[in-house]
Amino acid sequence: MLLNSLILKRHGLVAIMANRALPRMLMATLLVFSASAWALTNEEKIGLVTGENESRMAVLDQVVAKGDVDALPFLKLIIDDAIKIQGKDVVIVGDDATTDALTGTEVTLSDDAEDIVNNNRMGSELDASVAALNLLSKDAKVRLESAKALQGSEANASRLSLIQKVEETETDDKVKDMLGLVRASIQLTSEDKAMRLAAAETLAASANSGIKQMLSTRLAEGGETDPEVKAAIQDALKNIDRNLAMYERIGQMFTGISLGSILLLAALGLAVTYGLMGVINMAHGEMMMIGAYVTFLVQNFFLHYMPSYFQWYLLAAVPAAFVITGLVGIVLEKTVLRFLYGRPLETLLATWGVSLILMQAVRTIFGAQNVSVENPAWMSGGIEVAANLVLPYNRIFIIAFAVMVLVMIWLMLTKTRLGLFIRAVTQNRGMASCTGVNTSKVDALAFGLGSGIAGLAGVALSQIGNVGPALGQSYIVDSFMVVVVGGVGQLAGAVYAAMGVGILSKFLEGMAGAVLAKIFILVMVIIFIQKRPQGLFAFKGRSID
Amino acid sequence: MDSRRHFIKSMSVIAASIAMMGSMHLANAADTIKVGILHSLSGTMAISETSLKDVALMTIAEINKNGGVLGKQLEPVVVDPASDWPLFATKARQLLSQDKVAVTFGCWTSVSRKSVLPVYKELNGLLFYPVQYEGEELEKNVFYTGAAPNQQAIPAVEYLLSKEGGGAKRFVLLGTDYVYPRTTNKILRAFLHSKGITDDNIIEEYTPFGHSDYQTIVANIKKFSTGGKTAVVSTINGDSNVPFYKELGNAGLKAKDVPVVAFSVGEEELRGVDTKPLVGHLAAWNYFMSIKNPTNTEFKKKWAAYAKSAKLPTADKPLTNDPMEATYIGINMWKQAVEKAKSTDTDKVIAAMGGQTFPAPGGFISTMDPKNHHLHKPVFIGEIKADGQFKVVWKTPGPVKAQPWSPYIVGNDKKPDEPEVK
Repeated sequence: MLLNSLILKRHGLVAIMANRALPRMLMATLLVFSASAWALTNEEKIGLVTGENESRMAVLDQVVAKGDVDALPFLKLIIDDAIKIQGKDVVIVGDDATTDALTGTEVTLSDDAEDIVNNNRMGSELDASVAALNLLSKDAKVRLESAKALQGSEANASRLSLIQKVEETETDDKVKDMLGLVRASIQLTSEDKAMRLAAAETLAASANSGIKQMLSTRLAEGGETDPEVKAAIQDALKNIDRNLAMYERIGQMFTGISLGSILLLAALGLAVTYGLMGVINMAHGEMMMIGAYVTFLVQNFFLHYMPSYFQWYLLAAVPAAFVITGLVGIVLEKTVLRFLYGRPLETLLATWGVSLILMQAVRTIFGAQNVSVENPAWMSGGIEVAANLVLPYNRIFIIAFAVMVLVMIWLMLTKTRLGLFIRAVTQNRGMASCTGVNTSKVDALAFGLGSGIAGLAGVALSQIGNVGPALGQSYIVDSFMVVVVGGVGQLAGAVYAAMGVGILSKFLEGMAGAVLAKIFILVMVIIFIQKRPQGLFAFKGRSID
Repeated sequence: MDSRRHFIKSMSVIAASIAMMGSMHLANAADTIKVGILHSLSGTMAISETSLKDVALMTIAEINKNGGVLGKQLEPVVVDPASDWPLFATKARQLLSQDKVAVTFGCWTSVSRKSVLPVYKELNGLLFYPVQYEGEELEKNVFYTGAAPNQQAIPAVEYLLSKEGGGAKRFVLLGTDYVYPRTTNKILRAFLHSKGITDDNIIEEYTPFGHSDYQTIVANIKKFSTGGKTAVVSTINGDSNVPFYKELGNAGLKAKDVPVVAFSVGEEELRGVDTKPLVGHLAAWNYFMSIKNPTNTEFKKKWAAYAKSAKLPTADKPLTNDPMEATYIGINMWKQAVEKAKSTDTDKVIAAMGGQTFPAPGGFISTMDPKNHHLHKPVFIGEIKADGQFKVVWKTPGPVKAQPWSPYIVGNDKKPDEPEVK
């Protein structure tokens, strides 16, 4: 049924084209198409779906070697798991009907129909075969995609003639280059020494980790015996390494910046509450946790009431998280903190207590288990800069988000009236009060601002990690570390410290592993603070006590 | 005066009611058999262990409905050790000496099992451990209903080495930093050596519990894989798996290039992960939800009904997995053993456990080994599908006997295949 309709579609397409031009030639094409529409013989179909993978692949190779484009629909059905074995019959399971793949008659699908198991090996062979056959497509875009897909696949000699044929007639340079690489990787195992040498030379120009893998395999297994070819392969490897090295460094840098941006987000709120106001807020992590749970709630709201806009729930979660955590912060300030200004030890204990209360409250309401916050589809995947460097969208989003939040806070503190008041109150409370600033209101708003920013960090964290009641615990130490290293009372300090700690710990992690890197970083921070207690940047003036 | 009298009166009422409750409690205790459930319901392991608590409650409810054990109802005592290893020991002691449970079903991580072991030995308790583990242990007081390394890890790596599994030449052994991954990787390293894979083709990486930033590790795997066909063996446990798999997907590390086989990731851990980029990555278990057979269909149906009636948060998408199956088998086997021994006495039940059989949802009759306290289990290797389920791509022809003392560790050949009796 499905097959028939596919073929009908193709005929339809041909027919449309026919109407436009040369009806007679068209008729001829049509005839050819209908004659070859079932080019796969029944034996081939059965061979493709039954028996050992080894024999299935042999049949597949034959089909590809023939350049049998009309096998494509059937191959795609196999890939999509739409074909089942029912007793001795091969059946195609469509959306509304099941048909016998050999006779085309409709049959009823029984419960014990067995799936065809395509494991990774079979699956990638199928994909590569489809890609190889798609090289014969008229559409340059399809050919480019296919060439790309073939690059990543296992070299298979049975595809050689097809690829060579396409390469000769190919007009698109990009596709041609790619096919040259694919051809060379097949020829690397050729009997002919000259061909192997040429292949190694061609491959040397690439910057592809897959090709590097292939070359090293050829070299390692004792597959290559000829010293001349061996030397050529070694040269090629060196070349590729050079090409890859730059991207590797960029990648390492990117992961460092990405971790730095997360640390920065986590620390920014604290830079306001601790850095500017001097409140040691142990519940800061819990503010992030609340932000993450708000994201979860907004997600569920969208899921239930506006499923068609689900992709955009994050945009709504950002203001919601800011407002709700900001309000929680204001309530906390009004009920607890304002009685404790200037008493750091009591503040520390009180906010720690608050953090426990908040965690337990979330546990009671949402359960102790992590809740699942889904990434919107536009945040999965990444930009492929090079074969060995993919920059994930969610990381890019978080970096951009951190920059945005930073700019907003900076604008708020330097360009708005509230910002002016906050700076005035934190620098000299008495004087500010004398000039008519309502200091208690400013305190509440400033603390609300810091908490709201923590909520924003929670939104970002929900996209990369787990959302659970203990989410804040894992970031509180890092946040304090960043603020203290950066220098209390400075936004710029927090930025430098976050980036520094982020890049350094990624660098160390690459060398020593995650566990040791964490220890090194903590030791370094302790030493740093002993040597320079005021942090990277210190206020120069008399106001700091 | 008045208010004080009132106060005394109300206090005495409360006291009386407490006393009554106490006596009711005592009366109950006589007719029931207490069963301890010791799984983390919070913290990093809650993602995996919560469903084990629920399936244990389901099984107990089912047994109770069918008349209980020895004519008595089972009374579950659920405690939450909160992914805190020393707390496991405290809670275990509480279950044994305060609640006087006849048996405990619990633990997931090996570190939690190691931490409760001394308690069960000291108080001669009985523990059923439902999760695959590293072996190197055989205790009289424990029955292991999960897989030993030769029932999971070794066949999985063998598969990766085979042509069908991709013919891997290099291995990344990636795990959470504690006893299970470290020991398993020690065994696997020795096994890989025996297959001619040298140390420069193996890297081992460990991350702390709850680790959530896998960027560097995934980049390292990518780099390492350029040196030859590479496979990753993941013994990451708990909720770290979610960021790990997210990172794998986002970084575009495809299964056909670098397959990742996981030993602690099942259907439950993949809930809430976008599995489309993960298609083809592998897991090795002794049971998959997707296995087709009448026992499994019934098991899944029971679980779905229970999840709905107990209003579990996961009821709209009920999932079963291997450790849940192992818990289910364990409780049922314990029931059979108690009935055979006609007592819940630890030593009598242990004696009656050997040779017990039970039709497992995995599609085979599970047999408790007469001597070594482990189940004979079939091994399945599954590839992740786009819907978060697994399709079985390889399986053993039948159940495999467990080897708790792995032959790949020097000196193990002299150890007896049964617990020492002191």
